[in-house]
Amino acid sequence: MSTNANAEPFIVKDCALLNIAIGKKARNLKEMRDHLQNIPVGSIYNHFWGGLLRHRFDEPEYNNDFAEWVCYSLQDSILAERLSIIDPAAFADLELLRQELLEVIEQRLDETEMITWAALDMQFHFVDSQILVFDTGETIGAPARLVEAVSKMSEGSLFYHFIDARRRTPEMMDDFRLWLRPCGDRYDELCSQLASVDPYFVPLVELRTQLTNLFTQCFQGVSG
Amino acid sequence: MTSIQDYTAVTGEDVIDRLRQLARPLKGIKVVHVNSTYVGGGVAEILNKLVPLQRDLGLDVRWEVIRGEERFFQITKSFHNALQGIPAPLGDASFKVYEETGAQNSEGLRSILEEADIVFIHDPQPLPLLRLCPNRKGKWIWRCHIDLSHPYRPLWNYLRKFVMEYDASIFSLADFSQPLPHTQYLMPPSIDPLSEKNMDLTEEQVLGAKVEFGLDPERPIMLQVSRFDRFKDPLGVVKAYRLVKPFVPALQLVLAGGGATDDPEAEAVLAEVRSEAGTDKDIHVLQLPPDAHATINALQRGADIVLQKSLKEGFGLTVTEAMWKGKPVIGGDTGGIRLQVVNHHTGFLVKTPEGAALRTRYLLRHPDMAAVMGHKAKELVRQNFLLTRNLREYLSIMLARMFGDPERIELEGNAVRAVTGLKTFETCTVKSSVF
Repeated sequence: MSTNANAEPFIVKDCALLNIAIGKKARNLKEMRDHLQNIPVGSIYNHFWGGLLRHRFDEPEYNNDFAEWVCYSLQDSILAERLSIIDPAAFADLELLRQELLEVIEQRLDETEMITWAALDMQFHFVDSQILVFDTGETIGAPARLVEAVSKMSEGSLFYHFIDARRRTPEMMDDFRLWLRPCGDRYDELCSQLASVDPYFVPLVELRTQLTNLFTQCFQGVSG
Repeated sequence: MTSIQDYTAVTGEDVIDRLRQLARPLKGIKVVHVNSTYVGGGVAEILNKLVPLQRDLGLDVRWEVIRGEERFFQITKSFHNALQGIPAPLGDASFKVYEETGAQNSEGLRSILEEADIVFIHDPQPLPLLRLCPNRKGKWIWRCHIDLSHPYRPLWNYLRKFVMEYDASIFSLADFSQPLPHTQYLMPPSIDPLSEKNMDLTEEQVLGAKVEFGLDPERPIMLQVSRFDRFKDPLGVVKAYRLVKPFVPALQLVLAGGGATDDPEAEAVLAEVRSEAGTDKDIHVLQLPPDAHATINALQRGADIVLQKSLKEGFGLTVTEAMWKGKPVIGGDTGGIRLQVVNHHTGFLVKTPEGAALRTRYLLRHPDMAAVMGHKAKELVRQNFLLTRNLREYLSIMLARMFGDPERIELEGNAVRAVTGLKTFETCTVKSSVF
């Protein structure tokens, strides 16, 4: 990804996930806690963020796979709510996110006298993923072109540039802000608005609308 | 012969472009697929499509089939059932035939397999080939197409010894994966949108199928396509039909499945279904030959309601097929049906005949909503369950194996960057010699 908006174009990428079973499954909360201590952090990332790349028809009731499983397989809506509110974007390090998950689950185990078991075909399967990044051949030359380009971006491109970028880049920042940053304070307001967009709680199609609206407001009347 | 370009009309140019990007660094590598038959069965059906498409993308692909006596195939048929949880009386004599057949096949295949860059071994029949090719230079991957969620343990313990020696394995669903000391990729099944079973048909063709089987084209049709197997719950479907019939007297039910000559249990289930149907002329129990793809296509397109009321299901490709034809599906709340039927969006998940009846009545009373759900169902399949996605995953796995399973694979022109964490450990243009 280019980072200099004045000199280098923004190179639009696309991505897909290749899922990998790590051979671990949980049928109750204790098993989930035990596995969470040891699974690769990539699996935690996948169960928080990977769902965004799955096709969704509406906003999910719970925002990560752990919360969903706890609700629908263990019928523990209290824990589901507590897990669902965890915002992975708030954790600089996935290990810290792992600790938060464990903390919430441990607390629930302390409160619970009986262990609930999921049905045999409702076990939680821990899945990791590899990310495949493709070159779309598209570039954005001037910042004002972001309006049209983002409005047409695939969900894979949005995921790569707005979500994956936070894990991929040393600055832990989305690619749009990184690209606009060399332009000085000209786009400070836009960048702060981009920083306030929460990608975790909306489907990617809604994220596309939000970003397009921000770019439209900023570049109204500016020709690309 | 279908070419990769033919899929553009269905998937869009972007999907095909991504396949070409993945294939570019793999151009010329030697890939061998090995299974046990060229015709019949789901694996042969998949390879008949995949192999030409992988060749079309520039890979040097061979498809080899192992041969054996009738006894060998009886044993591997028992393996198949046992791996899906049905206990089988298998012992040392069976294992001896299995391993000897592997050894006989290795004589003819060894040089091809040892020279290959990537070998895909499909299902258990050819599994022993790996240890019979000691000078192999490539990566060997076991592709398991079977529901391995609850295998008959004595057999799995025996076969696992062979599987563990592979570089990786591929399972259809996470539920089928097993504790193994190598990477286990997940690759859900897919359908070919250009095949006889899924291609577009004219209204005349659909009408023709209805007339052929004595169905009234003016009256609503409820359909389940599946083997006559208790896990598919055909009796539950008949019960659901009977619960709807008082409200929709014109309703017709079609239960379409394969012949039952070589499967005693299927014969028994078929007899029960016929008995349950009794003299009701609006229940049509059809036994179709294995190659009746065009007929199934027409029946699915002509149905008003499609069910797959399974009590247990691996994936349920008939669900995918119906959804691809723009039909919302009323499916049993089990297995891979849950991946496809998004409740209230692409159909309904049900647990009982009563639930199936309720949803059938709803869809018959709300054709506009059924059309909306059918549209969503087709889009879900387009994005997730077409052959092109399978092809992308096969290519991705080949690249991943070449780079030792990195977290990220980035494609740019002819270059591939494999990244683990934030540290790039390799940047190069891949050639088959990289192996």
